[in-house]
Amino acid sequence: MEYITEFISMMINASTSILLAALGEIYAERSGVLNLGVEGMMAVGAAVAFYTTLSTGSLIIGLLSACISGILLSLIHGFVSITMRSNQVISGLALSMVGLGISSLIGRNLVGTPLRSSLRTINIAMLSDIPIIGAFFRQNALTFFSYILTAILWYILFKTKIGIAIRMVGDNPRSADSLGINIHLVRYGCTLLGGALAGLAGAYLSVAYTPTWIEGMTAGQGWIALALTVFSAWNPSYALIGSYLFGGIRILQFRLQPLGFSPPLLSTLPYIFTIVALALLNIERIRRRIGAPRSLGKPYHREEI
Amino acid sequence: MKIKWVPCIKVERREEQSLLVRIVFRILAVILSFLFSAVIFAVSGIDPWYAYMLIFTRSFTYTGLTEIATKLIPILICTVGLTVAFKTGIWNIGAEGQLLLGAVGATWIALFVNIYEPLRLPVALMVGMVFGALWALIPILLKIKLNVNEIVSTLMMNYIASGIVDYLVYGPWRGAREWGFPYTDKFPATACFPIIPGTRIHWPTLLLGILSSITVYILLSKTTLGFEMRVCSQGKKVADYLGVPYSSRLIIAMVISGGLAGLAGVGEVCGVHRRLRYASSISSGYGYTAIIGAWLGGLNPIGSIPSTFLLAFLLTGRDIIQVSLGLPFATSNIFNGSILLSILIVEALGRYRVKVG
Repeated sequence: MEYITEFISMMINASTSILLAALGEIYAERSGVLNLGVEGMMAVGAAVAFYTTLSTGSLIIGLLSACISGILLSLIHGFVSITMRSNQVISGLALSMVGLGISSLIGRNLVGTPLRSSLRTINIAMLSDIPIIGAFFRQNALTFFSYILTAILWYILFKTKIGIAIRMVGDNPRSADSLGINIHLVRYGCTLLGGALAGLAGAYLSVAYTPTWIEGMTAGQGWIALALTVFSAWNPSYALIGSYLFGGIRILQFRLQPLGFSPPLLSTLPYIFTIVALALLNIERIRRRIGAPRSLGKPYHREEI
Repeated sequence: MKIKWVPCIKVERREEQSLLVRIVFRILAVILSFLFSAVIFAVSGIDPWYAYMLIFTRSFTYTGLTEIATKLIPILICTVGLTVAFKTGIWNIGAEGQLLLGAVGATWIALFVNIYEPLRLPVALMVGMVFGALWALIPILLKIKLNVNEIVSTLMMNYIASGIVDYLVYGPWRGAREWGFPYTDKFPATACFPIIPGTRIHWPTLLLGILSSITVYILLSKTTLGFEMRVCSQGKKVADYLGVPYSSRLIIAMVISGGLAGLAGVGEVCGVHRRLRYASSISSGYGYTAIIGAWLGGLNPIGSIPSTFLLAFLLTGRDIIQVSLGLPFATSNIFNGSILLSILIVEALGRYRVKVG
């Protein structure tokens, strides 16, 4: 029993970064902005968090500066895709490239440096001893924060006026505009939230999950988070469950390695799983039932039909 | 009575952008991206002026230019392939993986198949293209049959392809005489492209690249098939309305796109490395660079020749500053990404023109 609890605990620990990034992207896409820059924002977040934590000794400053760097990068995407109304796919891809480049520039002297202060595991008394469920209560602070954040973001999106406004802007910006909702404000807000959370997701990797800096340490997790956004049908609570599946695959990788499976082949597991998951989902049917943002990826302009 | 002239500034929408305007915009975009990268360099404590001087003075030497030509080959071929996919409305981000699979196919024929020797290279070439095409076929079939978004699937396929290459060179294909390095054995001479003496330019592949860009130009702009492919970029509804077989045109476009990326991979293993090595040393991001090549070239196979020259120049510059300034390999992504962003911004601004008077 303890073995299973430990496995689940590791699984949750491995999935927090994907969850945080996907939560942010859900908001951006719900408002109609597709941001393919998640991978780049995560990479910069990881490098910035590591660098600032190392030089200031403060984890809080490290995490905050990762958020700010994510916001700044997503601002570029917002400007190009919302204000300039350019191609969102290309803009996001470009952002990922710029982000990966900047992160390796920041981290060029940090390779191999150990981090003295990193996020530690907190065991909540009593709760962490319960079999299986206890796995949720032996995590680091950022993972605890991700539970609360999922609940808050779910509540805002589906139970408040702000959430209705966001979903309406993503579905039918013209009617949202006629109701006096500021389309650009909503879209910028959601895109920046996405940036902040992607930065935080990267920070999780470099100061909590594996407190070191390795170039390219995001290793495609940003792209997996994008897949998770679709997989979760743009719903924060499903994203939580989905991210644990991806976390489980990552732990499985480590568990299979001693059994003689080739590490490069095992490293492809999350990517194969992502494709299979998307294929099994057959998006169109779900799109009709749950309702994906209909104006996703489409810029809005009053003069144009 | 004198009428006083009142200056009046009017902003109006530009209808069609002429070829000259589009070229000027692209040059402006490149300059803008150099400025942006300079700011990033300066913030990171690197003198951008010194870095740029280094890149320019060392690139435009004889060795520098041959190096640019060598790097241009895979980028050009991938770019031409991506142009076909993009023009058909498919977001193929997977040229990197398709290139790697092409390299795997060529290596298989070069090292592990008994074959009449003079045929080894042509067969390796064809098998490499088929491998690349098959790798591209998976995501497009998933898109057509199961609505899987091709941006995510082609990206995932890149990571899977690099896992496969690494598995092969660390495992079953590791060479017996390579002292533990993750390389296969050297290819026999019959599996290698001839090169221009004193350089690394494998000219047959370069020739194939230029030929393919002319062929694709004719295909896209002068043939019915090309027209039908471009129609498909307007979506399935439009294609159905005009009686264009949507799925089949998408498949053809993706097979061409993947096949060409595979050809680029064959060129790298049979022309440059003459063996298969671990994934990141075979490609160093040519497949991703080609996305910029296609966009900078205005999605025109002929335009992609000058645009890939610029990108090959930047990759050579990356190698120069990597050695001289100790900058990491991925730094050149800042140039690449900011070129794309600048094109988007400049083109968006170019949708309007300012009239005075």
